[in-house]
Formats: sequence, C-alpha cells, structure tokens
Amino acid sequence: MMGCDIAVIGAGPAGMAAAVRAQESGARVAVLDDNPTAGGQIWRGGERTQTGALARRWLEKFKSVDQFAITNCSVVSAEVDPLKLLLETSDRTEIVRPQKIVLATGAREMFLPFPGWTLPGVMGVGGLQAIAKSGLPIEGKKIVVAGSGPLLLAVAAHLKRHGAQVKLIAEQASRGALAGFALQLLRSPGKLFQAGGLQLSLMGIPYLQDCWVTEAHGDGQLKSVTLRGASKTWTEECDYAAVAYGLYPNTELAALLGCKMFGAVVAVNELQRTSISNVYCAGESSGIGGVDLALVEGEIAGYAAAGQEPAARKLFGARKRAQAFANALNSAFALRSELRTLPRPETFVCRCEDVTFKRLQSVSSFRAAKLHTRCGMGPCQGKVCGPAADFLVGWRTESIRPPVFPARLGTLTFDETEQQDIAK
Amino acid sequence: MVTPRSYDCVVVGAGIVGAACARELANAGLKVLVCEKTDVIGGGATAAGMGHLAVMDDSEPQFALTSFSQRLWRELSPQLPPDAEYLPCGSLWVAADEEEFQEVERKYRFYTERRIPVEILDAQQLHEAEPNLRGGLVGGLLMSADSVCYPPCAAKYLTEQPDSPAIEILLGKKVVQMSESGVKLDDGALLSAGFTVLATGCAAAELAPEIEVRPRKGHLVITDRYPGFVRHQLIELGYLKSAHSTSSDSIAFNAQPRITGQILLGSSRQFGTSKQQPGNALRDGSARADEVIDQTSLGSRADTPQIDAHILARMLQRAFEYMPALERMSGIRTWTGFRAATPDKLPLIGLCPGYKNVYLATGHEGLGISTSLATGRLLLDIVLDRDSAIAREPYSPDKRCALHA
Amino acid sequence: MHETIEIFVNGRAVRVAAGMSVAAAVFVAGEHIFRTSVTGEPRAALCGMGICFECRVTIDDQHHARSCQIVVKPGIKVQTS
Repeated sequence: MMGCDIAVIGAGPAGMAAAVRAQESGARVAVLDDNPTAGGQIWRGGERTQTGALARRWLEKFKSVDQFAITNCSVVSAEVDPLKLLLETSDRTEIVRPQKIVLATGAREMFLPFPGWTLPGVMGVGGLQAIAKSGLPIEGKKIVVAGSGPLLLAVAAHLKRHGAQVKLIAEQASRGALAGFALQLLRSPGKLFQAGGLQLSLMGIPYLQDCWVTEAHGDGQLKSVTLRGASKTWTEECDYAAVAYGLYPNTELAALLGCKMFGAVVAVNELQRTSISNVYCAGESSGIGGVDLALVEGEIAGYAAAGQEPAARKLFGARKRAQAFANALNSAFALRSELRTLPRPETFVCRCEDVTFKRLQSVSSFRAAKLHTRCGMGPCQGKVCGPAADFLVGWRTESIRPPVFPARLGTLTFDETEQQDIAK
Repeated sequence: MVTPRSYDCVVVGAGIVGAACARELANAGLKVLVCEKTDVIGGGATAAGMGHLAVMDDSEPQFALTSFSQRLWRELSPQLPPDAEYLPCGSLWVAADEEEFQEVERKYRFYTERRIPVEILDAQQLHEAEPNLRGGLVGGLLMSADSVCYPPCAAKYLTEQPDSPAIEILLGKKVVQMSESGVKLDDGALLSAGFTVLATGCAAAELAPEIEVRPRKGHLVITDRYPGFVRHQLIELGYLKSAHSTSSDSIAFNAQPRITGQILLGSSRQFGTSKQQPGNALRDGSARADEVIDQTSLGSRADTPQIDAHILARMLQRAFEYMPALERMSGIRTWTGFRAATPDKLPLIGLCPGYKNVYLATGHEGLGISTSLATGRLLLDIVLDRDSAIAREPYSPDKRCALHA
Repeated sequence: MHETIEIFVNGRAVRVAAGMSVAAAVFVAGEHIFRTSVTGEPRAALCGMGICFECRVTIDDQHHARSCQIVVKPGIKVQTS
C-alpha cells in the first residue's frame, strides 16, 4: 500500500510536466503508467528513442521524479472519498491512496471502419510507429500512411528515416482547411520551424489532401489499398497501411471517478481541476490539443495540485497561446462527412465481437447495441468501436464500471492488508 | 408515433417477463402494446442477471412454476435465434462437505419423485464433469435438463417473432399512471387499454404502492473467453450455511459458461434501505453526476447501481475457493442489477389488489428468466379465466398483498 | 540494442533483440496472424498501445496477453491462435 500526496496517472507530456512541477513544489509524487518508460505515446520509448529538444528537456527533468514511477501498471479501478486507486502489474496488485490525483490519461487513436480494415497489416498511425519503435522491422517495407492529423506527417517522417518506403500520405482534410492552418503556423514561429524540419524529412513523399483509403485488400494479409483522391481513385501496393483519424480522449478513469464531462472530454476549470475537488486533469484527456498544450496544462495542474496557485496562474498566458494553436489544429483536421459512408453493411465496426455496420444500424443506441449485438462487450469494452460508433451514428457511450482495463480477477479481490504476489 | 392509441392490453415493461406476457396475449389474438421507459428491450434486470433456466425446490410452488416454465423453454428452444445463446449445459449443484452432500441426496429424492432428470455425482465423477473445480469436494447433483440463455436477445425475440401476430412496442416512454381505462404516459399521452399488465420488476411499487416488491442488488463479473473452462452452470450448496436469506447481505458461488467461452460469475444479494427503485443499473447517457459516495453506510450503497468493492471481492474470493484458476484469469467487466424481491420469495401473478383490470407479473427475484414463460402463460389463463397447467393460487397477489397492507 | 535473446514463437526458436516487444517479435518470427476473431478472421496488432486487444497471444501460461505492451524475456513461449 502506497501513500503519497499526489498520484499522477499517465507519464506522457502532461503527466511528466505535472509530476515535475508538483515535486518541485514539495509534494510527494507517485507516477503511474502502463508503458515500460515515460513519454506517453508521442514520446514513446523515452530517452532511448527521443531526439527532439523539447522531449529531451522534459525527460531529463522527469528523472528526478522517475524513481517514484510505477511502470507497466494498469489502473483498473478508482474510488473517491477517500481517493483510492487499484492497480495491477504483471506480477502484483497494489493500492495507492493519494491526497490528490492528476489525470493525464492522454488519448488514443480514432479508428474509422472501412472495408478490409481488419486485415493483418492495417494498423493505426501512432500504432505502426509504436510497434516499429518496439522492434518491428520496416526497412524496405512499402507503407501507406493515411487518415488525418499532423501525426501522419510525423510518423511518415519517422518511418522514412528508418528505411521504410513511404509511398504517400493521404490526408482527408481539404486543401482549403489546411491552407487556413498553414496561415496559423505563420503566427507561431516555433511551430513553423518544426514544420520546416518536417518538410525536409518528408522530401519525396507525396502529401495528398482531400484523400482517404476506401478499402484494404489482401487474402488474410494486407496487399494493397484503394485510395480516393480529389480527382481519381487508384490502388497502391503496400506491406503496411497506417490508418487513423486523429485522437480520441481516454476518459474512462475520470468517468469512473465521477468527473463531469464536457462532451467527450473531462471538464476542468482554469486550474485544471475537475468537478471533483481533489482530482485534476491535464493533457489530451481534457481536450485534444497537442504536445505544447499538454505540457503547459500539466504544469498548471501540478502546481495547482501542490497548492502553488500563483505559479499556476503565471502559465495561463502560455496556455492560452497553446490553446489557440490547438483550436486551429482541430478545426483544420475536422473529419469530413464522407467518412461516414466508408463502411459497407458487412464491414465490422466492433472488432472484438465481429459486429457489422448493418447490425448496428438496426438498433437505436449504444446501450441497445451492446445488449443486443454484443458491440462493445468484448475485451476492449468499446474503446475502439465506441468512438467509431459516435462518429458514424452519433451515439454517446454510457456509464462505466470497473475494471477500466481487463484485470486479473485476483486484482478485483485485493485486500490491502496483505500484499498479493501472484508470481507463485 | 403510436396510432391508433387503443389496445386490448398494455404491458408495462419490456423485460423478459413483460415480453413473455405480451407474446402469450398476442398469440391469443389480443392487440398488445408494450410500453418501455428506456430505449432498450430487456435492458433492466433482464440484462443484468444470469440467464439461468433452472428448476428449483425451495418450495412446492417454486418447483411447480420453474418446472412448468422449463418445459415451455424447452419447447421454444429450437426457434430461438443464435443471439439468444441458448445452451443446454445443465446445472451442477456442488457439495463441499457431508452436510451439503446430504442436501444433494435430499434434492435427488425430491426431483426423482417429481420425474425431473437428476444424477448424483461422487467426488471422482464431479472432477471428471468439471476438471477445474478444486480437489476435495464431496460430490454434486447434476440436473441435465437445466440450461442457460442470453436474456436480452431472448426477450427481444419474444416481442418480434416474425410468424406470430405483431406486438407494438413503445420505447422511451414511461407509464406514470394506471386506471381502469388504460395508462397515462410521462409525456401526457393517454393510451386506452382493455386491461394493463404491470411487469416493471422492482419498479412495480411506483405504480402500485400497496404491493411489496423490493430491489435486491446483485453483482456479476464476466471474464474474457476461456472455452471449456466451465461446462455446466455451477452453484454451490454452501448457501445453506452462509444464509442467502431474505434479509442480510450474502454471497454464493455461481459460474456459468457462455456460448462465447466467457464465464459469468455471481452471485450476491443485498437489500438497500430504501423501497425506492434505485434506477437502471446501466443508465444511458454520460458519466453519473459527481455525487459523493458515502462509504460508511453499506445500506445506502446497496441502493445505488455502483459496484461495491467489498461485496465484489467477497464474491470473487468465494469463486476462487471453488475454481482456483479463476484468480489469474482476465475479468473484463463488472456490473450490478436489481432483482424484484417479495417477502415470501414467490412472484406476484394475477389481478392487482384494488384494480379490476390491472394485472401484476412481477416479484420474480432471481428466477425471472426461468419463470418468465410460465408467468406469461399463467397470466393469459387468468385473463381468459381458464384453468392453468399448475395451481395459480400461490402466486396470487390478493391474499399476500392484503397481509402486508 | 545489440543484445539478442532466444524466445519461442509457435514452437520455433527465434533470436530477437532484447527490449523488443512481443508483438514485434511475432512479426520478426515471420508470423503475421496474432489471433483469430470470433467469426474466424485472421487478426494482428492494430493500435500498438494496449487498447484494441487485437495483438493478444498466449505467453507461457498466460492467455490474452497484449503483446504490444510486453517486452520479450529469454525463454518465453509465445503462441498465436
């Protein structure tokens, strides 16, 4: 059983920033993350893999907190009043009792179903990058990167740098929307510099706008994808297709605690505090907005949770600037309505339970879908099909029960008076 | 969007009991409307519980109702669609010591006398039947005619049989008032009905305050897929000692194999302090309001759909005592539900006291799925004023409600 | 990461880089199917971050292990299905 002042859940940029500032302010901080190292998704692999200046700066700062981090742990359940977190690692279960919590649970990629999307070889954009970073050989492989968002560019650049043959990037956003965003970049010199660097990395890879994948082909394994562009439809041979349509916030733990939501994200006040007085939230889970916004929100949450309000307030200006950029980003990459017509009636929307689009259309709510078609009843508990159904047919997901992630049944019986070590 | 608005019968509640009643009435030629306050058929207790189709022997009336209903389920089973997940896996009552084994023998005699197929298993046979049960158990009673199903889809099927007369279903509308001429909805609309059937489970007291039906909370857990790990519906006989009584909190080991290979684990029973209906266990919409949960009062906890970590832990620990391998297996979801419990453990089937044309079909506690079909048949018999295959009197509301008035 | 270790994928011995994820190791071993869906489709890793459960394999005696979240250890036996 662990006691601490502040538990930070998630060691991505927001979580790292919150932990660092909270610790600097004198709080005892514990950081919980389900990956082997800090960095979250965007800085996956931590120091071993990150070369950008911003990433290295924060990873370096985080070293002073790192010793209090529990990695490879899954927070499966949480309670308020008093705060209590139930978490499991591969060989043990633990309970953490913090005074305050900072939720920095980030976001996951948004997948939209299309014919053939379940073929082995079709992955997410961040997904392919993550698996490549964890050892998947990509040198010489033909890869199509598609979907939406700046992540497509960053991932394509990474893949190319590591020897992959990135055939093209297909961005569903229109030329007009992206032109507006480019103007916004001009207002942020730092961003422009980053974009310039990105341009150099991407030389030679066609960046096609108004373009998306309509079908993936293969016999048990991906062989090619069909793309629809502004003026034509054609097929590209590829070994892997990295396809994802932006990000969707991870708010399950917040919902379990009882935090009020603002649409699909956790509602927070100017100090990044949720509707529960000792629970804060920062980063993508309080609104998709990118790294810079996540960092400053994390700093504000860390200071605020540690009682350092003036220090938090000093950052409001920086947050406002980052938020403006984030707004421009989200507006530029908004998903177009044609993407709702991608799935065929027989296309699976729920991959865990193989529920087709046609079956989903025969029911009237996500709850009815769960109970009558099993959609969302599989191990992912709606984390993949929920956002897709939200986009396709406008359903809101419903109230959440523990465990937030599948957990060992033994974990759910954990009694803190005896440590449970199941590596028997 | 309901036209015309005049029916022979309005059934309030589209759980499995309401669906079964509607099906019987429609098959008899009546024009039936089912009115459901949520937007899902079979979304309340029907969705929350184990779809165990069992014969039980706590009392003669309970036996009569469950065995009659099981016959009806068996007749219906060939027509059930695949998503109703009907699985004739049988039940196995597990005895951990000699006292419980004597109960096995008593049940064997009871059921044999009444021509229910049962078989006594000794320790070795029990192990062969269920290898993942721990060693050291004494034996068990196999009831091979028992089966399981997935109730929300079974309920949906009952309301939508393509070859049967149509039942009209009105979703998302709550009945707020009953009268001799029909019902009134929460939007003010009036539906005219020859008679009304109240099948709203533990919400029944809202519309008929004089009846005594209280919510009895239960917890369940479902695992990831482990095909073949459990083969029968398993129930412990230890409840004899741990008192699955009518008053206190209790847990008992129950494990059910689903056709998917997932294992459904239960069971728990808690009474809340309030007679009010606690609300649908899985309400639509976004996260619940940020109410502060009072953990000092277990009683108030039992009124909410919230998972009670202590009860869940006890329930799972009990399960590990019978099937130790469960401890390392993956649980993907937990939830709660509310059974409709009456003081004497028998459902209320028949005319509602104080009404000439309102009928009750509620109070089924943990046997709602099992006895839904028989309930529908009995209700039809009552409406048509004809004899039933079994004596109806034990389920009649009038005497029992008068006792508690 | 130059150190390599030996693991077993579907019964075959494979040398992989230490620090690699089990998911990547499955690909390195030449397998491209991780699991079979409930209607019999072949499936492989999708999200790379432990959310989608498509990369599930059996590692030693643990079923339903999310291979993209697990680092290889010497001697582990990985089974796809």
